[in-house]
Amino acid sequence: MLWNTLLLALRAIRRNLLRSFLTTLGIVIGVSAVITLVTVGNGATRVVQDQIASMGSNLVVVRPGQRMGPGRDSAGAPPFKVADAEAIQSQITGIEAVAPAATKGATVVYMAQNWSTTITGSTSAYFHTGNWQLAAGRTFNETEERAGKAVCVIGETVRRELFGSRNPVGSELRIKQFSCEVVGLLSSKGQSAMGSDQDDTIIMPLRTVQRRLTGTQDVNSLRVSVKDGLMIERAKAQITALMRERRKITGNELDNFNVMDTKQIADTLTGTTRVLTALLGAVAAVSLLVGGIGIMNIMLVSVTERTREIGTRLAIGALEREVLWQFLIEAVVLAALGGLIGIGLAVVVSAGLAKAMQVPFLFNPDINALSFLFSAAIGVIFGYFPARKAARLNPIEALRHE
Amino acid sequence: MTAAPGPADEALIEVAGVTKVYGSGPAAFPALAGVDFAVAEGDFVAVMGPSGSGKSTVMNILGCLDVPTEGAYVFRGVHVEQLTRNQRALLRRHYLGFVFQGFNLLARTSAIENVELPLLYRGASAAARHAAARTALEAVGLKGWETHTPAELSGGQQQRVAIARAIVTDPTLLLADEPTGNLDTRTSREIMELLCALNRDKGITVLMVTHEPEMAGYAKGIIHFVDGRVASDTRREGRS
Repeated sequence: MLWNTLLLALRAIRRNLLRSFLTTLGIVIGVSAVITLVTVGNGATRVVQDQIASMGSNLVVVRPGQRMGPGRDSAGAPPFKVADAEAIQSQITGIEAVAPAATKGATVVYMAQNWSTTITGSTSAYFHTGNWQLAAGRTFNETEERAGKAVCVIGETVRRELFGSRNPVGSELRIKQFSCEVVGLLSSKGQSAMGSDQDDTIIMPLRTVQRRLTGTQDVNSLRVSVKDGLMIERAKAQITALMRERRKITGNELDNFNVMDTKQIADTLTGTTRVLTALLGAVAAVSLLVGGIGIMNIMLVSVTERTREIGTRLAIGALEREVLWQFLIEAVVLAALGGLIGIGLAVVVSAGLAKAMQVPFLFNPDINALSFLFSAAIGVIFGYFPARKAARLNPIEALRHE
Repeated sequence: MTAAPGPADEALIEVAGVTKVYGSGPAAFPALAGVDFAVAEGDFVAVMGPSGSGKSTVMNILGCLDVPTEGAYVFRGVHVEQLTRNQRALLRRHYLGFVFQGFNLLARTSAIENVELPLLYRGASAAARHAAARTALEAVGLKGWETHTPAELSGGQQQRVAIARAIVTDPTLLLADEPTGNLDTRTSREIMELLCALNRDKGITVLMVTHEPEMAGYAKGIIHFVDGRVASDTRREGRS
């Protein structure tokens, strides 16, 4: 009986193909808008997450000076020493790695090419805290670190500018007055969440940088990798307390250093894109509702237009509930078809948009299933009233209807 | 479901003291003012009368589409006036066939699908529906026209499809409301001959409303309605 009713509904839809298509158009647009916005929004969130993850997961950065961000005023604040890094490593639990880093801008030369970049001196822990992967070669070892040997690992941008597409491993770079052997090449990380080129970098042992470039024992920042994301707040508090103690800050005196973590930045940035995605999705959901009202509108017109047909059906023995079911199923099938077409359209549009906006295309089965069920539910809700109207027609009057 | 039909030797239809009043109070309009008649199984009766005489009202009651205000309508021993709306729908589904003046076929739907329609409500299988619809179309002389839509058929052919739809369920009673009202004389005669053949060969009882004396002449008897009453009944006169 249900199958026969479905057949009746499908035949009625087929009889009015153009009108059926126009009826579903509202649902098609609503469903595809919801899915497209959510999919592209999720892609954008993923981009931000990836950029932050590329900075290093669970990374806490300790810098001298009170303010963070660009234009940081570190004047007067004493720099850190390697001993501070060792203290954090040995006195605080839950720390995976600590990398003291000293940075210095310099021009590097290879053959006839030269390039201005930032040189970071650190330990091999830096590759771990910064979440760096090697594309070729190796990192420097402990012996080279201790001896302050002139070896370096270069970023993708430096490779491109100096070596083109050649393999740089084993080549000698000239930096100021010394030459330095390239032992490794870093995998590209692309832009940071702040928009700077993370691949425009050269990394060499801390002692080498201190001796040959900065000429001091100072460390610009401490990069601390915390074992578990949940412990990051505790680790930050402990680092702050330890640094206050080591820098002899007491009572109400303000810190002359700052501690920030990537999770904070990540939460803020992904939070923003998530809220935007939800907001746009909600706006699109309203259009889905409007699509549902469109279905009700057309179904009511259809009931009026097909009054004689309904009268005929009732006369030849259709029960009230069979007519109700037929029109209800018609509405649900129309809405569900609209949902399916909408999903297909959304996949095409969001894949295209994702490509144009350079965000990954993340097919989300949940939002697709939800939109489909929602559109079918709209068919039930907005189809019920017209269907009931059809079922309650008086067959005699319906047959006489012009 | 409907109650089991009574024995066949009784009259198929018995109408006793039926009145029908539309509206209420001072605006009340009596469409039927006490009607009594009976129709035996296998009969072919034409119902005639001027407009407003109550012939349409009586057809609606006989077709179980409406119930009398007072009086009894007994179909094969079942008191239709006591049935619910759904029970009357099931009675129509299983025992009645309808032919309308305006054909009332589903537009943009092939002849065979139109004929299958009542079987869909009966829950017949696809194969059974197809076979029965083909047989019915053949019986009305439309073999080979199965896939044509109403727009591709002439008026006479459309009425044949409608008759096929009415007889596909092997009804006991066929109710035809001005079946030739929209057709020319030649086609009207063909349709009347088809109805006569169905009555004669399949034993289907036919009740037909018409205002054309020529078409009424095909029937075995004529009931005349005037002012909501039976004015004359040729079957009674013939018998007496």
